[in-house]
Amino acid sequence: MADDPLVIAGKEFGSRLVLGTGGAANMSVLERALLASGTELTTVAIRRMDAGERTGVLELLSRHGIEPLPNTAGCRSAAEAVLTAQLAREALGTSWVKLEVVADEHTLLPDPIELLDAAEQLVDDGFTVLAYTNDDPVLARKLGDAGCAAVMPLGSPIGTGLGIGNPHNIEMIVAEARVPVILDAGIGTASEAALAMELGCDAVLLATAVTRADDPPRMAEAMRLGVAAGRQARLAGRIPKRFWAQASSPAR
Amino acid sequence: MMVVVNGEHRQLPEGATLAGLLEEMDVPPSGVAVAVDGAVATRASWAATTLADGATVEVLTAVQGG
Repeated sequence: MADDPLVIAGKEFGSRLVLGTGGAANMSVLERALLASGTELTTVAIRRMDAGERTGVLELLSRHGIEPLPNTAGCRSAAEAVLTAQLAREALGTSWVKLEVVADEHTLLPDPIELLDAAEQLVDDGFTVLAYTNDDPVLARKLGDAGCAAVMPLGSPIGTGLGIGNPHNIEMIVAEARVPVILDAGIGTASEAALAMELGCDAVLLATAVTRADDPPRMAEAMRLGVAAGRQARLAGRIPKRFWAQASSPAR
Repeated sequence: MMVVVNGEHRQLPEGATLAGLLEEMDVPPSGVAVAVDGAVATRASWAATTLADGATVEVLTAVQGG
């Protein structure tokens, strides 16, 4: 199998699966899931430090050489997201950020106006911005034009496990993108991760599907294989769909 | 004087510095970031930052998420 790294902003990753760390029952399960997934890039959130709390998740990632990707989860405005990204840069010493600006708590859908505003500000401030976006080809194009290093369209709302609701939109985003496309949110099981890659996405980001599965390490392994299978199928080039049958055995 | 740290009121002596507050809170040496009144306070500025009465301090770190 040829070397086929994922390249974001000039940095190479051997794995095309980005794992989120949210929702794991405990650090031991999270650690085994991370290792089974083969991920090299993993999201963390930025939150108030409670008394006595230590930065356990960072130590875990650092122990296994996994890059932390801070997110701006929970931010509802461009101003909040920009401040959170700046704090993440200060805390983690990375200028990479997964930019999330959501409109409300029950859909967790990106607010496109605040998102684009925040992306422009952060790119100006020297950040490498990976933007979590709606499955809207026009918004994805504008985020790319604004200088984002990757666009991350959702398959379906965060945590729903509903899979990829609008595969054609994902294909249009891929067709126009000049930066990596990472399918983010909504993946429920391995076949959906494979589909994302077959549609042409460069990588898949998921958390809940693994961390809240009955057996997170096993699901992490399934996702690793699903992403790899989908990538190979995309590169291999699928056959066109036909209306009528076509015999695969010789006629005589 | 009173400052608000991570949403909770805290009594500090006049002229208290940010570095002093963080030391008192036993904040670890890496993996944290601080905002004072809604703006990032870089690590290099902690010692020289004197807190004013009513200041809002947020001490943040990375947690599982995303």
